[in-house]
Amino acid sequence: MSGPSSLSLTLRIWRQRRDEPSGHILDHLLTDLSPDLSLLEALDRLNQQLLLAGERPVYFDHDCREGICGSCGFMINGQAHGPRSGTTVCQLYLRDFSDGQVLTLEPWRARAFPLIQDLAVDRSSLDRLLMAGGYVSVNIGSAPEANALPVGLDQAAQSFDAASCIGCGACVAACPNASASLFVAAKLAHLELLPQGKPEAPRRSRRMRQRMETEGFGACGNQLECSAVCPKEIPSSLISRMNREASD
Amino acid sequence: MRLDPQLPPGPVADAWSRCRQDLALIAPANRSHFRLLVVGSGLAGASAAASLAEQGFHVRLITYHDSPRRAHSVAAQGGINAARNYQNDGDSVERLFRDTVRGGDFRAREAGCHRLAEISGSIIDQCVALGVPFAREYGGTLSNRSFGGSQVSRTFYARGQTGQQLLYAVVQALLRQVEAGRVELCPQRDLLDLITHEGVARGAICRHRLSGALETHTAHVVLLASGGYSNVFHRSTNAVRSNASALWRAHRRGALMANPCFTQIHPTCIPSGDPDQSKLTLMSESLRNDGRVWLPRQPGDQRRPDQVPEAERDYFLERLYPSYGNMVPRDVASRRARELCGAGHGVGPAGRSIYLDFNEAIERQGRAVIEARYGNLFAMYERITGADPYREPMRIYPAPHYTMGGLWVDYHLMSTIPGLFVLGEANFSEHGANRLGASALMQGLADGLFIAPATVPAWLAEHQHPVIDRDHPACRAALEGVRQRITRLRSSSGAQPAEALRRQLGALLIESCGISRSAAGLRSGLAEVAALRASFDQDLLLPDPGTPLDPELEKALQLEDYLELADLMLRDALAREESCGAHFREEHQSESGEALRRDAEFSHIAAWEWRADGTPIRHQEQLHFRLISPTARSYR
Repeated sequence: MSGPSSLSLTLRIWRQRRDEPSGHILDHLLTDLSPDLSLLEALDRLNQQLLLAGERPVYFDHDCREGICGSCGFMINGQAHGPRSGTTVCQLYLRDFSDGQVLTLEPWRARAFPLIQDLAVDRSSLDRLLMAGGYVSVNIGSAPEANALPVGLDQAAQSFDAASCIGCGACVAACPNASASLFVAAKLAHLELLPQGKPEAPRRSRRMRQRMETEGFGACGNQLECSAVCPKEIPSSLISRMNREASD
Repeated sequence: MRLDPQLPPGPVADAWSRCRQDLALIAPANRSHFRLLVVGSGLAGASAAASLAEQGFHVRLITYHDSPRRAHSVAAQGGINAARNYQNDGDSVERLFRDTVRGGDFRAREAGCHRLAEISGSIIDQCVALGVPFAREYGGTLSNRSFGGSQVSRTFYARGQTGQQLLYAVVQALLRQVEAGRVELCPQRDLLDLITHEGVARGAICRHRLSGALETHTAHVVLLASGGYSNVFHRSTNAVRSNASALWRAHRRGALMANPCFTQIHPTCIPSGDPDQSKLTLMSESLRNDGRVWLPRQPGDQRRPDQVPEAERDYFLERLYPSYGNMVPRDVASRRARELCGAGHGVGPAGRSIYLDFNEAIERQGRAVIEARYGNLFAMYERITGADPYREPMRIYPAPHYTMGGLWVDYHLMSTIPGLFVLGEANFSEHGANRLGASALMQGLADGLFIAPATVPAWLAEHQHPVIDRDHPACRAALEGVRQRITRLRSSSGAQPAEALRRQLGALLIESCGISRSAAGLRSGLAEVAALRASFDQDLLLPDPGTPLDPELEKALQLEDYLELADLMLRDALAREESCGAHFREEHQSESGEALRRDAEFSHIAAWEWRADGTPIRHQEQLHFRLISPTARSYR
């Protein structure tokens, strides 16, 4: 492997306490970082330094640190989840950056995502979208034998692709209208592409789209930024699909 | 204390159906009067909450996450076992039952394992109905693959994201009940104490992670599904915030802790490099189907892997286990890797890794085949390490992954505290001393979809304790205890952050109570934990951040619990003078270095009782094998 054995980064981080009406950017220089560290591990190290210096550590959401739980996410130099496509923030490694680079870290900004603190926002509105209909309405214990319902291989694969959304909210953050269209369209496609999800498809679609408005998400403006930043690379064609089905 | 597992009398094979016939019921109109508190939103917690709410009970679900969909079940890669025999390759409930008992090295209850195998098929039916996009064949039927420890294809999967898809299905069922008003979702809460009154579980004290407020939640019954405790080792494959606190607080309130030393160390994980590395990422077991494990024959060989000639490589799993080769069970592979690295053969930084080489597989089958099979895993490896596994062998090393031990439960999943049920990885249940691949998802869903929804109402029907008021002395005492504990931690004025102490704990525990254990090592581990506990009490750095959000306080609370748990794990490992499954005592091995079980003395579950004076008491539940007689595991 080539590249420097250690590097320095300047992190310009949005700081805003929960009880503060507005925030500000604070600069931190981190030196002697191994390129094998992840960006979040560099933030961990910064937080240890702040703690020892008697300052308040940076608050950010994270958990699995392997790109599947959907907890992490913030803007890096204006890009949701940073410069590498098809990844979450926790899957960025310092070798993806250059020595001396300046990174500005800011939280997702959307009306439906109120700020919690620093880099963390409240994304419970996404769960409320699912509550409106993002499920198959069958009670546990009443399922028929699994192979009684054949599902074509390609159909199952397409459904899976849509179902792989991790609910991180990057699509909303990247959208100029802060729309959750990709999130909703992915859930509709996941369930509608399977025979067991079909019976209640029209009601599900209507209710989830209505809920999107009441939760304060904007309308889709066909900018397709959502798909470009999606860590699971969910295609924007699913939004067209949603609109086509809705107008039928 | 007499441990009664409440096993149904009579034959094991139909014990569960007989048991269900006799379980008391609650009439539909009365169910909404009962309040259930579920802790945890993973496969077990979310499915239990959804299932019981559908029956008509009022459920409150607590999770430390911002959304139930984040629970660590989401990260399970491989699949879920079920005895459906869809492949017509001889599978049956009996075979899955036997594989589970054998895989666990005869340290689990026959009746529980049999029930798990019986239920396994219904889990798949239910998940398909809920919309899990499982892998399919061209004809539209479900596809299966095979996993370690079995000779049939019974693993159902959704690419490498089976856990994610199963979790989303049950979380969606849960959210449907939230919308219907039958489940109250309480995210961002850490459980800090269990409330008991007259020896019965009555609720929990939680801290709201965003407001810092301490809350009292009371209920008729409490279901704990808070996951395992691998993070006691500091770095594991678990999510960074997975923790043992809910489990440990219940233990301190009287729930016995069973087999705490039974922890699984998965052989194929991306090893640690930098000391600041926060976690170890799993590379699926399936890679060993095509990857060959090797190390240089010569200790201290510093050459790049492609410069080590074939004759100077030791394919040690193939050499030692000609019949199973690279596919030996997890515990065996991990142990051999550790031994050879200890003898100086290890590669990579500090000699702490082994090679998993795909070169031959790529030459034989072509890169396209390997890419189709493992492309996502290779990409993940490349992203994390910066090395290309198509060109050079992966470097891997074992890492803590799953905990078979957990709170003791009877056949009805109830702990030794009446009214406290424990589900999923948090209980000790059916995996014995070693869990087989693709069995964790099966057990979590069996508990949450089918077992608890039958046994919890039966207990409620027969135990009509009223919900106690939040001003009840038991609640006030528990709340005050938590408040004082936080004040005590806050008053410390030391210099060491919780993270620094936790690293030390993890390092000493993996060394003394990891892949290989000895009496001397365990004893020195106990002394080191005690010394670390003293550092924690005297030298913890915990400043007030001036805002209610306080991850440092959360870490300190969790670390205090880990220190006590580590002490108990070491005691349990020391008391179990045998080798079984993942628990390997160096004193108890055959001439060829294989584990030696001592059935005459240790065919039992060890269940520990917490004591305030720091001298826990070891209780035993004898195991009886009627359908399958204990034999030595052999993979050679």
